[in-house]
Amino acid sequence: MSGASWTLWAQAVDAASGDDGAVWLTLRTYILLAVVFGVLGIATLVGIILERRERLAIEPAMLRRFNHRLRVWWMMFAILVFGFLLHRVGVVVLFGLISFWALREFITMTPTRRGDHRTLFWVFFVFTPLQYILIGLGENAPEWLTRGREIDFYGFYSIMIPVYASLFIPARIAIAGDFKRFLERSAKIQAGLLVCVYSLSYAPALLDLDLRLSDGGEWTGSNVSVLFFLILIAQIADVLQQAWSRVAGKNVIAIEINASRTWEGVVGSMITTGLCGAALSWATPFAWWEAGMMSMVVAVMAFAGGMTLSAIKRDRGVNDTGTLVQGHAGLLDRIDNVCFAAPVFYHLTRFYFSAA
Amino acid sequence: MKLTGHAIVLLARLLSGYTVRWVDCQPDTCQRVYFANHTSHLDAVVLWSALPRHLRAITRPVAAKDYWSGGWVKPRLAKAFNAMLIDRKEIKVHQSPIDLMIREMGDVYSLIVFPEGGRTSGEEMGQFKSGLYYLGKKRPDLELVPVYIDNVNRVLPRGEILPVPLLTCITIGPPIFLEAGEPKADFLNRARSAVRALKGDEG
Repeated sequence: MSGASWTLWAQAVDAASGDDGAVWLTLRTYILLAVVFGVLGIATLVGIILERRERLAIEPAMLRRFNHRLRVWWMMFAILVFGFLLHRVGVVVLFGLISFWALREFITMTPTRRGDHRTLFWVFFVFTPLQYILIGLGENAPEWLTRGREIDFYGFYSIMIPVYASLFIPARIAIAGDFKRFLERSAKIQAGLLVCVYSLSYAPALLDLDLRLSDGGEWTGSNVSVLFFLILIAQIADVLQQAWSRVAGKNVIAIEINASRTWEGVVGSMITTGLCGAALSWATPFAWWEAGMMSMVVAVMAFAGGMTLSAIKRDRGVNDTGTLVQGHAGLLDRIDNVCFAAPVFYHLTRFYFSAA
Repeated sequence: MKLTGHAIVLLARLLSGYTVRWVDCQPDTCQRVYFANHTSHLDAVVLWSALPRHLRAITRPVAAKDYWSGGWVKPRLAKAFNAMLIDRKEIKVHQSPIDLMIREMGDVYSLIVFPEGGRTSGEEMGQFKSGLYYLGKKRPDLELVPVYIDNVNRVLPRGEILPVPLLTCITIGPPIFLEAGEPKADFLNRARSAVRALKGDEG
């Protein structure tokens, strides 16, 4: 596709999704992406050089993990950039697919009974797509749907799963006629839907916010930067937490759940992630100290997500979601931090930094 | 029919997101009988799709003729993955299902069989029917390869039409052979535990 037709197509997508001429990507977004690209590039080079060295100062196992992590990040980066190229619709679809896959891993991991089959069908093929369709509609629903009224679908997508799906699931299981461990089974499916679909869907919902500075002043940036900022900070928080636990970790939080997460790691990660966020505040509508605070919140939520998923995995007796069904890297392991951070980040941004 | 075959493979891959593990066994074009536990209609499709492409061309799932020749869709589906339809009603001398299978497979094809006969609920494997024993007895050169199909019964359980796209795992284990003079019951038990042994070692 030539450059001109690509632009035309992008404009058509914008028109279809109702972006009223607002800039999709600004220079600052490009700089943010370039910074991440550069850091990943340097880290990859360091990894390659270290691998070539005969005598290592660090363990080879750690280096292998480091290089593996880097490959995963490169993949995430590439997928996200690809999504950004496809504009708002592309990003929403992308996150929808990620949710679908994560939910798949979640339900595979948690045992369900025969009687849950049709409920699961609804969950996978009705509620998950519906949530993302509602996110896609957002504030810009087409005329024929709203019939001229001003409708923000936020009102619907923020309650659809926690209220309607949560009522539907137990009812549908009851109709299937199997009462064994009824509440437990309902809760499993509800939890999967809440974590993998509902929470994660707040990340693309960020694109819909009419962002302002906290004093109400105009902000001329791209929402994509804010979305990327969230994902980036959540990943940084995860790494820093592991690093701090390794360097200074003494008090393990819950050895039964996860032996490598320590209080030192959480606090250390909170502070250093805050500093990273503050350093990146130029990409967001947040002032440097606001970006720091937001990042600290993200770090805490990322920790909460990691702990929750660890608990679920312990209950099932697996180490990574990946080993239950071999060969997969375990998508859920990579995005648990974003899942938990996204709704809190969204609502803080909506409350303090948007005109809505 | 090639196109349908590819479409089925793609669909099976998307729907069941399977991973394939070859444990002490390698993909090979030598003649084999893959025998697996049977819990879902999708078993044969998923196992067939999980094989490398050059093996798919020479591997035929064995299915009941009376079931698969009815209607419009089923015969076409069966043809797309080159199923070997065996008549289980009209059994004559020299025309037993085993004779038919051996004749059909010639010196090219491998087979996929489900020795439990019917689908089980997925909790516990049923007893194996004796077909596998006779196959091994008449063609001692065949590699009998145990396969454990995990979680497919949750994708499409018995009596359901709509599949739920969970992740599944197919474990292909080391081949077994019929020992000289091994009694039928012993062999069938050994075959059954060979399949069940693949269930345990996760990770």
